[in-house]
Amino acid sequence: MHSLGQIEEQRSIPTAVDYKVYHDPEIFAAEQRSIFKGRTWCYLGLEAEVPNAGDYRASFVGETPVVLVRGQEDKIFAWVNRCAHKGATVCRSLRGNQADGAFVCVYHQWAYNAEGTLVGVPFRRGMKGVGGYDKDFDPANHSLEKLRVENYKGMVFGTFSSEIEPLEEFLGPVMRKYIDRVFHRPIKVLGYARQYMAGNWKLYSENSRDSYHGALLHLFYPTFGIYRQSQESAGELAEQGFHNIFTVSKPKGDIDYTSFGDEANREMQGATKLQDERLLQFRPEIDDDVGLHIQSLFPNVVLQQIQNTLATRQIVTHGPDKTELVWTYFGYADDDEETTRHRLRNLNLVGPSGLISMEDGEAVELCQQGTVGAEGKYNFIEMGGDDVRDYYAPMGMDENAVRGFWKGYLELMGDGQAPSAVEVPA
Amino acid sequence: MNLADPALQGIVDSLNAAYGLCLDDGRLEEWPEFFVDDCLYQVIARENVDHGLPAAVMYCDSKGMLVDRIVALRQANVFPEHFSRHLISRAVLTGSDADLVTAEASYAVLQTRNDGETRIYNAGKYVDRFLISDGAALLVSRMCVYDTHRIATLLATPI
Repeated sequence: MHSLGQIEEQRSIPTAVDYKVYHDPEIFAAEQRSIFKGRTWCYLGLEAEVPNAGDYRASFVGETPVVLVRGQEDKIFAWVNRCAHKGATVCRSLRGNQADGAFVCVYHQWAYNAEGTLVGVPFRRGMKGVGGYDKDFDPANHSLEKLRVENYKGMVFGTFSSEIEPLEEFLGPVMRKYIDRVFHRPIKVLGYARQYMAGNWKLYSENSRDSYHGALLHLFYPTFGIYRQSQESAGELAEQGFHNIFTVSKPKGDIDYTSFGDEANREMQGATKLQDERLLQFRPEIDDDVGLHIQSLFPNVVLQQIQNTLATRQIVTHGPDKTELVWTYFGYADDDEETTRHRLRNLNLVGPSGLISMEDGEAVELCQQGTVGAEGKYNFIEMGGDDVRDYYAPMGMDENAVRGFWKGYLELMGDGQAPSAVEVPA
Repeated sequence: MNLADPALQGIVDSLNAAYGLCLDDGRLEEWPEFFVDDCLYQVIARENVDHGLPAAVMYCDSKGMLVDRIVALRQANVFPEHFSRHLISRAVLTGSDADLVTAEASYAVLQTRNDGETRIYNAGKYVDRFLISDGAALLVSRMCVYDTHRIATLLATPI
């Protein structure tokens, strides 16, 4: 018979996190307060998505619906999509242009400008002297909830925090250097894909920082005999631990990148060959050899360059076990038609149908399903050590960046991260 | 070609019916044979098409790329086990030029995973160009424009 041991309280640490973090509705609610509405800058979208005055795009901060708008003076604003009167959704489209600059709630026609300030209330003085608001009613006190907005190289972020440092400081010099790399010239949006996973947002956040699973879960490359053992990889973390960048470069030396056949390392040659090698063709367009750049910016976006695909992946949290990933694909503004076609071909690799990425959706759901009822049990994140380092380069066989995520997460959550009672064997 | 010709209508509808059943039966290796060699197959969100944006979740501009998709599905990709079920409407023939016919048809793909529940997985329309020869049709291009722009988990099996 199982003997009852001593009950102890155990807190999550970056190498061992209580599985309840993926399921507990109270933790989810605490995350909305302490992370998404706390001291972070959340990604809202790309400046290129709202190029003209009046352009808007529906977005989210955590689970909170937010609208990103370009105002008349070229400034970008963001506000919570919730009328100050009855809480109704004001902007009902995914995107569009509000040429007159006014956003009107359909319910009682309260009207707001691009900035989110209330500018019109029907029957404010009543009708024929009857009804209406008190004479003290001041529209200025009934605006939409506004976010602070800052833009770095065309990536637009918003925050609810009045105390947080400027965006550039939050990102830090290492992250900025890599954002600069991708946004080295003007971009244009190529389209969207939305992926809905029955799993917790942190499982996806770990996944995008996890360089260990790459060649193990995603079997496309080895299946087609492509495994470049001599390629060089490197990872860097921001000071807080929770942002990271992982890059893979082509090997140094005279390897012709224009031909996939020449590039392939035959050590893991599979039985199968690609019929159409254009799918994998890589045309370096930034002045380095990096063919894969996956940058996770806490708490809600991944910026990527994989071959010639460019995308942001925005993480939207719809509930403890409901996460939406909004892929915004882009190219450079000066791409010609043939370059765009090449990017579209490369896009087969990534996104919800990505030949080297679709498995991530399944991995998130498997971890969600496997951890049901596992409160007080812990994951094991010690590949490559038990510390958090700012640089790592051991062929990606390292969970350093996952530990970095948890380090930053746990610091922000503070007391929101209640310990579990754990049974210790007697 | 006369678009009102019932025989032509039958050729196009027959291809669509066989195409759906081929995928639903899991005969994925036969799927590329519905296309000409120099084909274009796309699965693209309606929100992109409506805004003139070209990004597709699948974009294959050769039959070889279709074959590569299937080989990857069989040998490399990891996804929830599932059955697909295509329900495809009668095609509306929209135009013709020499031996090419353009047509559109609505589709719904139902998906049943291991939990046994059947869900509407992907609904949309096919925007097609067919090559008609010897009383049979082949796809020159098929654009699957999906309304269901929130893809559940991932999209592995072609639509």
